[in-house]
Amino acid sequence: MSAASETALGLKESRTPQARLLKAVVGALVLVVFAGPLLALLVGAFNHVSDPTQLSVVPSRPTLDNFAVAVDHGVLKYLLNSFFVVGFGLLLQVVVSTLASYALARKRFPFMTIVFVAILATLMLPEEILAIPLSLILSDLPVLHINLIGTLAGIIVPVGAWAFSILVMTEFMRDVPRELEEAARIDGAGELRIFAQIILPMCRPALGVIGVFGFTMIWDQYLLPMLVAGDSSTYTLPLALRTLRIDPIVTPGVVMAASLLALLPSVIVFLFFQRSFVHGLSSGALKG
Amino acid sequence: MTAVEVEPVARAGQERVSGRSGRTGSWVVPWLFLAPALILFLYFKFIPMGNALVMSFQDVQPFLGNQWVGQDNYVKVVTSDGFRQAAWHTVLLAVCQTAGSMVLGLVLALLMEGRSRRLSFIRSAAFLPVVVPMAVIAELWRIMYHPTADGMLNSLLGLVGLGPSGFINDPHTSMASVIATGIWRGAPYDMMIFLAGLAGVNRDLYEAAFVDGASRWRRLLHVTLPGLRSVFSILFILAAIRGLRVFTEVYLLTNGGPNGSTEVVMTLITKLGLEQNRLGVASAGAVLLFLATLLLTVVVSVLRRRERE
Repeated sequence: MSAASETALGLKESRTPQARLLKAVVGALVLVVFAGPLLALLVGAFNHVSDPTQLSVVPSRPTLDNFAVAVDHGVLKYLLNSFFVVGFGLLLQVVVSTLASYALARKRFPFMTIVFVAILATLMLPEEILAIPLSLILSDLPVLHINLIGTLAGIIVPVGAWAFSILVMTEFMRDVPRELEEAARIDGAGELRIFAQIILPMCRPALGVIGVFGFTMIWDQYLLPMLVAGDSSTYTLPLALRTLRIDPIVTPGVVMAASLLALLPSVIVFLFFQRSFVHGLSSGALKG
Repeated sequence: MTAVEVEPVARAGQERVSGRSGRTGSWVVPWLFLAPALILFLYFKFIPMGNALVMSFQDVQPFLGNQWVGQDNYVKVVTSDGFRQAAWHTVLLAVCQTAGSMVLGLVLALLMEGRSRRLSFIRSAAFLPVVVPMAVIAELWRIMYHPTADGMLNSLLGLVGLGPSGFINDPHTSMASVIATGIWRGAPYDMMIFLAGLAGVNRDLYEAAFVDGASRWRRLLHVTLPGLRSVFSILFILAAIRGLRVFTEVYLLTNGGPNGSTEVVMTLITKLGLEQNRLGVASAGAVLLFLATLLLTVVVSVLRRRERE
């Protein structure tokens, strides 16, 4: 097969100087447009930026002051809140989704289709649409009468069930061969053991996918922490950025230092688990 | 998410055998495994939706008791200029952001397709905006959009003899600025999905087109784009739903301003509900937003199914 047939445009075949120059220019342009602003953020976090006009991608007056001021404004506490929320939220989400997927993928039971459709339907009910009633419910959970406003649990518990994770996991679990399960069953293993020791270990790639997507989804939460926050003590870092910005004595440099701390965890997770990420994007999108 | 629509039916047959073999236990087991998820969905999705529906027909007065007011809230919402304008802004934003991200994403995917190290590095770098929290992106763009001539983007505009623009601070350019930020974050996401789609296009067809002497352009038009059809419709649904419920970036970039020029349905609803405590009217707005989302999803699904048959 010729090189020209490997990609849609077949750009690889063009090796003339003009084509090479064009490719270099396009690549550089893409980098400048999409990574440039983030580079400016990185540089700004480590520079004296007392005014938005001093934003630049060239370091001029390096300093760590921005971080010191940010810490003075409680950024470490907000960061800790964020880690707490993403840690427990993700744990809950993964446990809840894998349990549900086990039933959906490995069992047959009455009303299964209805359950499936109901779970799919929750994708059309994001926090945004539910904001008003959700804030009321969080302040007084029906039947239990617990008030979650002003607690980190109020952010953690609602993200515990996410249809996306359940659907990805269910699809993967369906493909685990039945023989393994049958063999364990004959040996007398119970449902929980089969789930935890036979099925789950086979689903490691899917666990990677729902882990990475769950992390970024929870880390990116904005409206939910906003609804839950009683005062700044339960702010997550993304939520605290706005408070920092409207504080008149806080410079843009400080906001960028805090922003850098807010973006690093999800960027690091992305860079380490890139393959799970891309796998999840393509499998989620293309099988439909 | 759409991945599973068809599956249960297809798989049902082949699993029946082992299902009947019975030892899998009583009917309780699957429900026990499902219980945590169903309880959470009930509490944080279905009950809130039910409440929104109920409240949308009520004058909600905490401590005083709610009064049924019939369709009053809906009438108020639909006839208010503020809501109509917000609905128009939302549609405009959703359409422009969706279209912009898809076009740019497709162009990027076509240019960045390939296996070389250089390309995969550029792809990863270009994808970064997608994983950065929206709150960070909004704060960063606020700084870049600084309205004076020496603001970052304005000095770039100055280089080509344009500007300075007020960007998010000027009612004439605020909407376009919010859209531009959205496209910046949306295009790399679309690029990744297009790339996955491109990988699935049959290489033999390219070869055949090459042998037939078809030009690059014709090959793109007649082989590649038709091969990406399902990707287009999925991206369309995802982006349109995301666009309709847009909140965080608008809230942080402009909060609906200046002068209401970027007010969208969600920023209006939070103002009505959380700031002015007009819960009934806000709920009616939310229900309408949900219906719009539902309608869009159903229409696109039906169109897709029809196309497949």
